[in-house]
Amino acid sequence: MTDFIKTSASRSLENAVQDHFIAAEAPWSGIVRKGQTIRIEDSYGQQAIDTLFYRADDFAERYSNQDTMRAQGGAYIGTGTKIISNEGNVMLVMTADSCGRHDTSAGACSCESNTVRFGHGTKYLHACRDNFVLEVTKHGMSKRDIVPNINFFMNVPIKPNGEMTIVDGISAPGDYVELVAEMDVLCVISNCPQINNPCNGFDPTPVRVLIWDGED
Amino acid sequence: MMHVRRSPEEIAANRQRYEEHQKKGLEFAPTALPAPSPLPAPALDAAAIIHQETVPGGWYWSTALKRGEALRIDQGEGGSTVALVAWNATDTSERLNLVDTVKVQWTTALGKGRVIFSDMGRVMFSLIEDSSGAHDCLMGGSTAASNAARYPGVKTRNTRDNLVLVAGKLGLTRRDIPAILNLFAPVRVDDDGGFHWRGKLSNSGDYAELRAEMDMIVGFSNCPHPLDPDPVYAPKPVIVTRFRAPALAVDDLSRTATAEALRGFENNVSMLA
Repeated sequence: MTDFIKTSASRSLENAVQDHFIAAEAPWSGIVRKGQTIRIEDSYGQQAIDTLFYRADDFAERYSNQDTMRAQGGAYIGTGTKIISNEGNVMLVMTADSCGRHDTSAGACSCESNTVRFGHGTKYLHACRDNFVLEVTKHGMSKRDIVPNINFFMNVPIKPNGEMTIVDGISAPGDYVELVAEMDVLCVISNCPQINNPCNGFDPTPVRVLIWDGED
Repeated sequence: MMHVRRSPEEIAANRQRYEEHQKKGLEFAPTALPAPSPLPAPALDAAAIIHQETVPGGWYWSTALKRGEALRIDQGEGGSTVALVAWNATDTSERLNLVDTVKVQWTTALGKGRVIFSDMGRVMFSLIEDSSGAHDCLMGGSTAASNAARYPGVKTRNTRDNLVLVAGKLGLTRRDIPAILNLFAPVRVDDDGGFHWRGKLSNSGDYAELRAEMDMIVGFSNCPHPLDPDPVYAPKPVIVTRFRAPALAVDDLSRTATAEALRGFENNVSMLA
């Protein structure tokens, strides 16, 4: 595993209020309270981390990739990006990013889309949408609540002619993003099991999630 | 033990498979796809027309659409962007999925010959005609706030509220509104990911025809795109015509242009079986 990287004088591994390891290919969900900071760490490097956010007291308000891209006038996510909901509200703000490239245009892998992309023989492989369905069901939601997600650490360049392709991730072991919550949110993660494209180097690895209380 | 690494041989085999798919996806499809449909749009066969609706600027509409029927969406005077959403009529949890649409076809640029996927790996629409080739899958529609910032002091209607109304009148809710397709919105992405409006790609009289590949409910909003350079809020009417699509040719373009579309249609067949 990687060393702890300090992004604030008051932030240490010891004073994190939550510390989760998410196994390779597994889902996770948890609440991030307003003012808290969530760090999502790509512990081994080159791992796509598919992430959704829902307003904690009203799951009908949720992450909107189109509103987030529209509000910032561009396709990629980085430090300073406001994570926008389908109601146009700021859910979180990205305050740190050691990687520099994250996607929100390409969505999550699914058994169904894999058949289209890679052939019917890839149907019975564990996929992010299945992770999302299992995880949101724990919170009373269903498939209809799964919307286009953020792919932290996934590299999907879009060319001026529209061409887009998933290429090798540029994240190194220990790369991280930090987001401060502007409202109480439910964070849902699928630690991507995809082995049909290079979003995780064809070798899914564990990731880590840390949460700190707000700094006074 | 947190992690057992895959063997180099497994990784190499998967990488080789991906690179073969990528090569076919990027190199094959563009050469197979035709130029945009010529203008002006030819008249539709009157006997094939089921319904025609003029959607005023700023307004919304929805319609049922049976498999094998099509919609011609004609922006008429020009200067309109039409936001489109769709649900499977028999299971509204299956819906338009733009992230899969762009990902599986290796492009955000939709045009004649491309298809639009649902979240279940099935084809919802084939773009059987398209004079514009300038549609936006990324930016979504206007909201009350974006319009207030763009047109200060002016009373406007917006796409977000329109689609809440569409969904609400169908017994659906805001949970059911998918990411939207903006027809006639010439948005391009620069090397840094920034969005730009390339007006020259949009012509007066542009039209697109979408053939339904499953029974659907389709919703529309006719409001200016968030990047529309016109400083005045003045959305023009659009004409939507529902008609019986011509019989499928053996080598129907949308069904044969790419390996991805072929497999998507195979998934449609298994749904209908």
